[in-house]
Amino acid sequence: MCDLDEGSNEDSMGRDSVKRISSKCMKCKESPALLIIRVGDAFCRNCFKEYFVHKFRAMLGKNRLVFPGEKVLLAVSGGPSSSSLLFQVQEGLSHKASKKLRFVPGIVHIEEGAACGKTLEERTKIVADLKSIFSTSGFPFVIVYLEEVFSLPSSVLQSIFSLPTEKDDLYKDAVAGFMQSCHTSVKKNLCHETVAQETTLTEDHTHASLLSTHAHANETSISAFRGKFPFSPEQTEAVKKLFASMKTLTAKEEMLQTLRKHLILYTARIKGYSKVMMGDSCTRLAVKLLANICLGRGAFLAMDTGFSDPRHGDITIIRPMREYSAKEIAFYNKLFGVPSVFTAGLNTKAPEKASIQHLTESFIVKLQADFPSTVSTIYRTSEKLNPRYSQTPADDKGTETCLLCSCVLGIELRDEASAFCAISISEELSQSKKPEGGQVSSSTMEECCAENKMETLESSGCSCQSRERRNTTPDFWSLLCYSCKLVVKDMTSLDLLPEYILEEANRRQRRTQIKREIQEYLLTSEDDADTAP
Amino acid sequence: MKMAAPISIHLEFGGGAELLFDGVKTHHVTLPSQSEPWDVKQLLEWIKANLLKERPELFIQGTTVRPGILVLINDADWELMGELDYKLQDQDNIVFISTLHGG
Repeated sequence: MCDLDEGSNEDSMGRDSVKRISSKCMKCKESPALLIIRVGDAFCRNCFKEYFVHKFRAMLGKNRLVFPGEKVLLAVSGGPSSSSLLFQVQEGLSHKASKKLRFVPGIVHIEEGAACGKTLEERTKIVADLKSIFSTSGFPFVIVYLEEVFSLPSSVLQSIFSLPTEKDDLYKDAVAGFMQSCHTSVKKNLCHETVAQETTLTEDHTHASLLSTHAHANETSISAFRGKFPFSPEQTEAVKKLFASMKTLTAKEEMLQTLRKHLILYTARIKGYSKVMMGDSCTRLAVKLLANICLGRGAFLAMDTGFSDPRHGDITIIRPMREYSAKEIAFYNKLFGVPSVFTAGLNTKAPEKASIQHLTESFIVKLQADFPSTVSTIYRTSEKLNPRYSQTPADDKGTETCLLCSCVLGIELRDEASAFCAISISEELSQSKKPEGGQVSSSTMEECCAENKMETLESSGCSCQSRERRNTTPDFWSLLCYSCKLVVKDMTSLDLLPEYILEEANRRQRRTQIKREIQEYLLTSEDDADTAP
Repeated sequence: MKMAAPISIHLEFGGGAELLFDGVKTHHVTLPSQSEPWDVKQLLEWIKANLLKERPELFIQGTTVRPGILVLINDADWELMGELDYKLQDQDNIVFISTLHGG
């Protein structure tokens, strides 16, 4: 076996192979090689470019998710991966391209300097750099500031399919309100696809339109400030307070990601985009996969790391960069002059163990240094994952979803032996001891838990004490998935959360309450099954 | 013993690595003459002693660069050039790019 031969004289073989590859590109076998992308695969400049571009097209072609003429929003942070995504789309749409991409792109950038404690000057400079990159692309773009979460409508948190009639109404209301305040600019936006020259105008207009919704929602925030930023200094303070209220960097990073996603979704909806492209690289996704398991998001891995993420119903998130390693992207950007802007984030210069995400990254990157197939192995695992339960709201109309991350709730309860069940039992036991002095015996707890599993959360008329207490207090926690619960538990006060989250939480709690009140008058499918002979 | 002449090289830091060097991306440096020719391993030690402003562990771990930081020698992957053993030439261009999240 060849393995044996190689193993016998590993060191000298390694040296030899380095020298051998270093001379020629493995593909064209003519030009000198420039980089190694996988073990032993050396590419020259031209072959690498071809390979890189082809992979992008193949990814989109294979998945057939983006339709011709569809409006696609590119979420660009300015980092290497998303900048590379923007560049690929730009190249693919240019006249030079042999097979042109046919979708209509737009760009959104979420400016989150407030959460990272940057000064306004620093933020202005970064935004200016990004704007110059975006305007050379010729695509319409919007810069949304993290502060704007404080003027989001609660309809952001409702995916269109899960509650059809009501959702539509609310969504229409939101859109109608938006149209009223700025119908002229919306009209301009709608027809921007046809008029190429308008792209420069569009930016101002989209921004103006965002501004006017904010002015509408929050009249106090209008000031001299408004000329420059679509938010007030108070909102910046609110963002800072929100992030200061969280003790761990892990929770901060998760919260930032959640808020960022809400802003992107909102932007996509008001501007009529149906797809959002994110620039997650293969390395990034491998880190995310392991980190999310540690964060208690194991049930949602398929959606959190897959090519497409349908959880929001009307807007699908796709990750076309998921086959590129961070190294390939860095090399491509360097060799072909792809502009990107470095922005220091929450975890910049943080020590290794600062957060779960950060620690996972350094773990994977270190492994990768010694075992070059680490990332791809983890990544291939993520490809094979399928959601165990139906997770698209469209399939199951009554399903409750997490307030923050929009994942289907109650998955943990469907599995009798899950760690989640064990945690909730021990939690209930320890909590019920305080007020009732340990009155609840373990047998009733078991019954209660069993009941929990069989019935849906709202329809149960369980009479056990702990259950009743949970029902009577308006319970914020029941609206969150396990992982988001941990994030929110890390905060000192719930009141610091943006208004739209609290509003939506109230709305859902009211709904649950009403549903419970009218429960006995309703014929459920379970009743039907019971009465049927 | 014949001394190798001092060589001047271009250093570039990107992807957030520049933050450890006062935010300065490009450096033109002259390496003093020494008995043996300069290799990358010695260069890293020199950088650590002369250029790094803070948190050396975020750039150098052990005798090599921190995993996740790419090294390009004259626009080519250093893995093709012999990594730490590469002998530096005058006017070489060495680029360090951090691929880590947050730099």
